[in-house]
Amino acid sequence: MADAPSSIPVVSAHNLVKRFGEFTAVDGIDVEVRPGEAFGFLGPNGAGKSSTMRMIGCVSPVTSGELRIFGMDPATHGRQIRSRIGVVPQTDQLDMELSVEENLIIYGRYFDLPRRLCRERAAELLEFVQLSDRATSKVEPLSGGMKRRVTIARALINDPELLLLDEPTTGLDPQARHVLWDRLYRLKQRGVTLVLTTHYMDEAEQLCDRLVVMDQGRIAAEGSPRELIQRHSTREVLELRYVPGQNELQAERLQGLGDRVEVLPDRVLVYADDGEAALREVHNRDAMPESSLVRRSSLEDVFLALTGRTLND
Amino acid sequence: MTETGIGIAAAAPAVGVRGAIRVWERHWKLHSFYWRSDLMGAVVQPLLYLMGMGLGVGALVDSQGAGLLGGVSYLAFVAPAVIAAAAMNVAAQESVWPLMAGFKWSNAFQAMCATPITAAQVAGGTLLWLTTKVTISTVGVGAVLMLFPATRTVGVLAAIPAGIVTGLAYGLAISAWTATRESDTSFPVILRFFILPMFLFAGVFFPVDQLPDPIPLIVWAVPLWHGVELSRGAVIGGLDPAMAAIHIAILLVWVGIGFLACTQTFTRRLTP
Repeated sequence: MADAPSSIPVVSAHNLVKRFGEFTAVDGIDVEVRPGEAFGFLGPNGAGKSSTMRMIGCVSPVTSGELRIFGMDPATHGRQIRSRIGVVPQTDQLDMELSVEENLIIYGRYFDLPRRLCRERAAELLEFVQLSDRATSKVEPLSGGMKRRVTIARALINDPELLLLDEPTTGLDPQARHVLWDRLYRLKQRGVTLVLTTHYMDEAEQLCDRLVVMDQGRIAAEGSPRELIQRHSTREVLELRYVPGQNELQAERLQGLGDRVEVLPDRVLVYADDGEAALREVHNRDAMPESSLVRRSSLEDVFLALTGRTLND
Repeated sequence: MTETGIGIAAAAPAVGVRGAIRVWERHWKLHSFYWRSDLMGAVVQPLLYLMGMGLGVGALVDSQGAGLLGGVSYLAFVAPAVIAAAAMNVAAQESVWPLMAGFKWSNAFQAMCATPITAAQVAGGTLLWLTTKVTISTVGVGAVLMLFPATRTVGVLAAIPAGIVTGLAYGLAISAWTATRESDTSFPVILRFFILPMFLFAGVFFPVDQLPDPIPLIVWAVPLWHGVELSRGAVIGGLDPAMAAIHIAILLVWVGIGFLACTQTFTRRLTP
C-alpha cells in the first residue's frame, strides 16, 4: 500500500477463470484497467462478459486465477471493494412501486450512508441524469431510457471510483442512447473509471479508450478502437448487396480483390484500403451488385476478422 | 492495512446486523403501501373466524357438556391456538411469492448484493421482516382474544411470542426453499398440501390425541403443534413448565436450522 493510489490498477486480472459446473464461462483472461480509463468488454452474447463483470463486482466468486480490485482481493475484501464501486446491471433492478427518489435513498442506505446525505445526493444525481422533475413519480410508468438513467443515478449514490455498466444501452432508442453516452462521458471527465460491456460497436467506439474483444470466454484482441481497426482490418470496406442467393456465386468473381472478401448471408464485404477503387474493379469484372456502399472499417469488422462471425448472430 | 483489518474484524457483527436492518428498511418502505390491508387481515379475519368457529361450532360442542375439553369452552380452546395458526399462515404466505419477487421479478436482492450488503444480510433482513409481519398478525389476534371474557388473560402476552417463533419456524424454512426455485409452481403445493393439513390436524381445532396413531407422534415434528400447545397453555393455563421448555426448544431449533438454511441458499442464489 506504499504506492500512490493512482499507480494501482483499478482492476487487474491474471489468468482469471469462471466455471459453472462443467461450463467454462471465462477461460483464463488477463485484463488491466487503469484509473480514469473507460474500458470495454466487447463480444457477442455468451462470450463471458457478464460473468467477468460479476467477478469484478465481487458478487461472483473467482474459480481460479488472480483478481484484484483497487489492489484488494474480492474473496477477502468484497465489502470494502463494493463500497467503492457502482453497478449498472444488465436489467434494471428498481423497485417499481417506489418513487424515483425513494429508490435512490433506499439504495444509499445499503451503503450505510446517513439518510440526510442520501437525500442530498439523490437530488444532485437526479439533476445530473436530468430527471429532477420526476423525483417524486413512481418508477413504473417511466420510459426505458428514463429507468436506465434512474439506475445510473442510483449506481452513483456512493460516489464510486469505479462504475461497472453491463450493456448500458441495450434496448434503448437512439436518442436515449445518446443522452446516456453524454452522461457517461461527463462521469469520465470527472475521473470516474468506467468498465462496460457491450455488443454495440458504435457504443464501444464512442465510449472506450481501450477494449478487449471477447469470444467464448477468451480474449481475442486488445487495444484502443483505432488500434484494433488498424491491426485487424483495412482502412475501408466495400459492401455489396446482390439478389438473394447470388452471394457465393458473385464472390467467386471477386477473388483476389482487396485484402480479403467476406461472404455474409445478406451481403458481401470487400476489405480494401481504397473502397472506390475496389468498386471500379467489381464493375470491370462484371459482378454488378444491386447496391453498394463504401464505408470506413469499424470494430464490427475487427470482430468478424477475429472470430469469423458477426456480433449479433 | 492491519489497523483497519482489526477494526473491521471487531466491527463485523455490528456491521452484519446493520446490513440486515438496511434490508428490512426496504421491505418496510415497500410495505408502507399495504399496512392497512395487513392490519385488517390481522384483526378482522381472526375475529370472523372465532365468531364462526367459537360461537357457532362452539355452541354445538359446549352443549355436550363442559368436561369434553377439560372444563373450558370451545371458544377458549380454539382462540389461543389461532395466534400460532395465523402466524404460520402469514409467514408461509410472505415466504413464497413476495420473497420470490426479490430474487426473480424485481431482482431487488441482486441489487442489494452489488452494494456492501451480503447475501447473509439479505437473509437476516428477511428474518427481521418475517418477524415484523408475524408480530403484526399475532398482536392482532391477541387483541381479538381480549374481546372475549374467556380468553382475556395475561397469558395472551406470553402467547404472542410463542406465535412469533412458530411463524418464524415456517417462514425461514420456506424462504430457504424459495431461494432455490426458478419458478413459482411449487408454492400452491406448499400452501395446500403442507400448510393447510397442519392447520387442520395439528391441534388447533381438536386435541391431537383424538387422531389415530401415529399422528399424535408425528405432530412432534410439526412446529404448529408446539406453537398451539404453548399459546393455548399460556392463555387458558395447564401448561407444564418442563413441557413448555421442550416446545420452545424444538421451535427454536426449527428457527435456527431455517436461518442457517436461508443463509446457505440465499448465498448460493445471489453470489453464483
